[in-house]
Amino acid sequence: MLVLALDTATSAVTAGLLRLPAAGSPEVLAERVTVDARAHCELLMPSVCSVLATAGVSMRDLDAVVCGVGPGPFTGLRVGMVTAAALGDALSLPVFPVCSLDAIAYQAGSGSPLLVITDARRREVYWARYDESGARIDGPHVDRPLDVPLAGVSRVAGAPGVLGLPVVPPQYPDPAGLVAVVAAAVRARATPGPLHPLYLRRPDAWEPGPRKRVTPV
Amino acid sequence: MTTAIVLGVESSCDETGVGVVQLSGDGTVTLLADEIASSVDEHARFGGVVPEVASRAHLQAMVPTVRRALRTAGVAPSDVDAVAVTAGPGLAGALLVGVAAAKAYAAAWDVPLYGVNHLTAHIAVDTLEHGPLPPALALLVSGGHSSLLQVSSLVAPLHPLGATIDDAAGEAFDKVARLLGLGFPGGPFIDRAAQDGDPDSVRFPRGLTGPGDARYDFSFSGLKTAVARHVEALGRQGITVPIADVAAAFQEAVVDVLTAKAIRAATDRGIDILLIGGGVAANSRLRALAGERCAAAGLQLRVPRPRLCTDNGAMVAALGAHLLAAAMPASALDIPADPALPITTSLVGSNGAYLENKGAAL
Ligand SMILES: [Zn+2]
Repeated sequence: MLVLALDTATSAVTAGLLRLPAAGSPEVLAERVTVDARAHCELLMPSVCSVLATAGVSMRDLDAVVCGVGPGPFTGLRVGMVTAAALGDALSLPVFPVCSLDAIAYQAGSGSPLLVITDARRREVYWARYDESGARIDGPHVDRPLDVPLAGVSRVAGAPGVLGLPVVPPQYPDPAGLVAVVAAAVRARATPGPLHPLYLRRPDAWEPGPRKRVTPV
Repeated sequence: MTTAIVLGVESSCDETGVGVVQLSGDGTVTLLADEIASSVDEHARFGGVVPEVASRAHLQAMVPTVRRALRTAGVAPSDVDAVAVTAGPGLAGALLVGVAAAKAYAAAWDVPLYGVNHLTAHIAVDTLEHGPLPPALALLVSGGHSSLLQVSSLVAPLHPLGATIDDAAGEAFDKVARLLGLGFPGGPFIDRAAQDGDPDSVRFPRGLTGPGDARYDFSFSGLKTAVARHVEALGRQGITVPIADVAAAFQEAVVDVLTAKAIRAATDRGIDILLIGGGVAANSRLRALAGERCAAAGLQLRVPRPRLCTDNGAMVAALGAHLLAAAMPASALDIPADPALPITTSLVGSNGAYLENKGAAL
């Protein structure tokens, strides 16, 4: 099966084309990952076209789309998600949502407890914890770095550097990780779950208070 | 070319709009579908559009609205010949959703993409109702804009003559509606309340209409303050605010200035068509007064029906169809969404390089 993987939940703009064999790991045929937190919209579709061209594959040959659904800063996250949704609609393809932190965790490998964190801006991080088997046991959440529970965690992946724990790759969700997380469902041609973004924060909005007078009382 | 189908996507503010039009061999553009999903109700309690709320709603509504538009139009996806999208100006996060979606549809269907200017689209929509547009003077009035523009052609850059120096006209409607305890968005509420009011009950100031003032610019901030002062003065005297009268008098002040300046600009420039577009063009008093004054000045007035004046995808599709008919080069897939897209750029080329056709179709 040919699978297109997209993720824009971090400052990396990620597109990859993978072959998913009947058994075993997905094979990356072409991928393009560009780190630029301000150009998700400019970079993503050209990246998609470029990986397809590199692999000599047409859009019509695709069997599925896999898309990171965050958590991630809202504006960039939506670019990947609406792109995946529109490609799925236009090409009549199933679109499989993946928690972007799970994709990082998958590539970081199992074996010991893992914390995955990514930059949530505003001096906060998105985080999730995984047990030694690689299963997510807590999260995703958004918190200040100091409030992330570290007990029992031996390594950290994602955008580390703030917590003083041993750091393991990868830093960003990559195409192979994204597809591996949902490989079974893709192979089974299961009906994907809803493509809902993991915002974890409410929009900033305030109801207006009483109007200010223009004439002195 | 025999006929072509163009799909248009609009997401610059709080309406997710998708329109479908048909371009005929003779250049006629016909509306086939105009579907809208609005998040306006979610913004009402905040008294204005909350960008993040609007962007979230666009993401949820985008694909379902495209589907609905194609179904309404009776068009198969494989029949679409071009995709047009509002590339700016507008709310950054909101624009991105439409631009990213339009790129994906255009690439998947292997058809040209046109990233267009929202304001030009407000003008182009009139051709769906009133046919080809000769050179005209355009008054664009909405919650975000109040501009006077000289239009030589829909596929040439617009020539700006004047604009608001403070609040947009629609913004003034929103603020005064709030002051009077009416709903959001203010335009329709003021329009309705004013039906029963006396426009001459108070003479509110007409901004920038003095002899030395900018001929084609607008100012509505002083008017809004004058209305607030008036309402507060009544309150101090213990008088119940006559909402209908205040609404009518405020509305009269706005549409008086808008129409007077638009007609002056057209007359100065020797242009005999006035076109009014944008959400405020749905205002019934603006339409009526513009009609009277255009008739008196010997100008032809063109205003789309109210539904086409407010933001929609049909206007974007209509502009896309005119660009396609003029064989304009398509936008690259790396175009940005530009919240501050200049009014002189009707079509966005590739990243950073704006296409400005110098009037091939003049
Ligand atoms: Zn508009």
